[in-house]
Amino acid sequence: MLDVVLSFAVILIVFLALPLIIGQTEHKVMAHMQSRLGPMYAGGFHGWAQLIADGVKFAQKEDVIPAAADRRIFMIAPGVALVPYLVVLIAIPIDRGRVAVDLDLGLFFVLAVMGVGVLGSIMAGWASANKYSVLGGMRSAAQLMSYELPLVLAASSVAMAAGTLSLPGIVEAWQWWWLPWQAIGGVVFFLAGLAELRRPPFDMPIAESEIIMGPMTEYTGMRFALFMLSEYAGIVVLSFLTTVLFLGGWHGPFLPGWLWTLIKVFVLAFVVIWLRVSYPRLREDQLQKLAWAGLVPLALVQLALTGVVKVLI
Amino acid sequence: MGSRGRLGYDRVMDGYFGSYVLVAALLAIGVAIVAGALMANRLLRPSRPTPEKLTTYECGVDPVGEGWAQSQVRYYVFTYLYVVFAVDAVFLFPWATVFDAPGYGMSTLVEMFVFLGFIALGIVYAWRKRVLTWT
Repeated sequence: MLDVVLSFAVILIVFLALPLIIGQTEHKVMAHMQSRLGPMYAGGFHGWAQLIADGVKFAQKEDVIPAAADRRIFMIAPGVALVPYLVVLIAIPIDRGRVAVDLDLGLFFVLAVMGVGVLGSIMAGWASANKYSVLGGMRSAAQLMSYELPLVLAASSVAMAAGTLSLPGIVEAWQWWWLPWQAIGGVVFFLAGLAELRRPPFDMPIAESEIIMGPMTEYTGMRFALFMLSEYAGIVVLSFLTTVLFLGGWHGPFLPGWLWTLIKVFVLAFVVIWLRVSYPRLREDQLQKLAWAGLVPLALVQLALTGVVKVLI
Repeated sequence: MGSRGRLGYDRVMDGYFGSYVLVAALLAIGVAIVAGALMANRLLRPSRPTPEKLTTYECGVDPVGEGWAQSQVRYYVFTYLYVVFAVDAVFLFPWATVFDAPGYGMSTLVEMFVFLGFIALGIVYAWRKRVLTWT
């Protein structure tokens, strides 16, 4: 029982603290990449408390629900977007033997639950009864459709390599030469995951300069904050999954395992931020084309490579 | 294994469904976090709705027509593609865990290439039908 309480406490810390840390890192890293300073006032030292200040502001803001909206769906959509990312964390190992629940179906469970998160923004888009939001919701749906397939194919390549679907089992089976062996799958998985999170450069459904945040146009205050939190929790989950599946999780010399996991997660989160600053937004048809003509064939190549190497060696 | 109560707890928590009981517990915690945040928001926020504030946002002008406007959904074909391939992909997972078990090996490898061939054929077909281009 104590074990369970402890691992839940770790999950909650990861879920509530890491998104804020990554959000603050994004503020500062983006700013410096664009030759700005970023937040400098809140909290005194280099604006470290900026996101806390944002949170306090969000908590006090009026909650406006448009008269035309589908009230009930509109109200629960942020929850549907956020909660799956918390539930996913239950199956992700942080160190050898440090996982809340070692699910036999871990990989399958994680992919299935992550898919639910996208429903939140489709619900929000439709329930807002706003033209921008409907467009954004449709684009979210299209993006989920297209990028789920390469994501699933790349993930199953790892399952083939390890011969198990349990996430701790996969990390246990991991060896360093999987890095080059599963490299294509890793890149496909990470990019497809980014697209599912609708992070730039895959942020066509949100596109603030064109359809004004898409599904989130009508949201204010706490509900908007929950959507923002779900975006960053999504980055945390995606980085954890890529670490566990492709970068060997806790494996690494000298340092303790949990620290290696965290280091890899932060490096990947940095890459997420870096990509946002470096690439312009893809147009909707370019997005679809990248998925079907780029990532899916690459994932199939990875499956073939995994199968051949696994059977012949 | 001590008292009867302890045994009962183990039986629930160690079984196959036990792990999903924990998943359900975490789900409940997640719902509680969201509900708590919204409840705190309800206590702290003002509430002064006006008709203007509650109109649909359309860049400052009065909204034209309905929000649920008709539009051409160009990517519905992708939905079909996705359904076809995702159903295939689900079968990959159980297969992936056993495909190199003793006694399989070569034959499952050939089967895999048949599977990959089918998916690739599907994508080439969609490509040739110009599903992947918009205009």
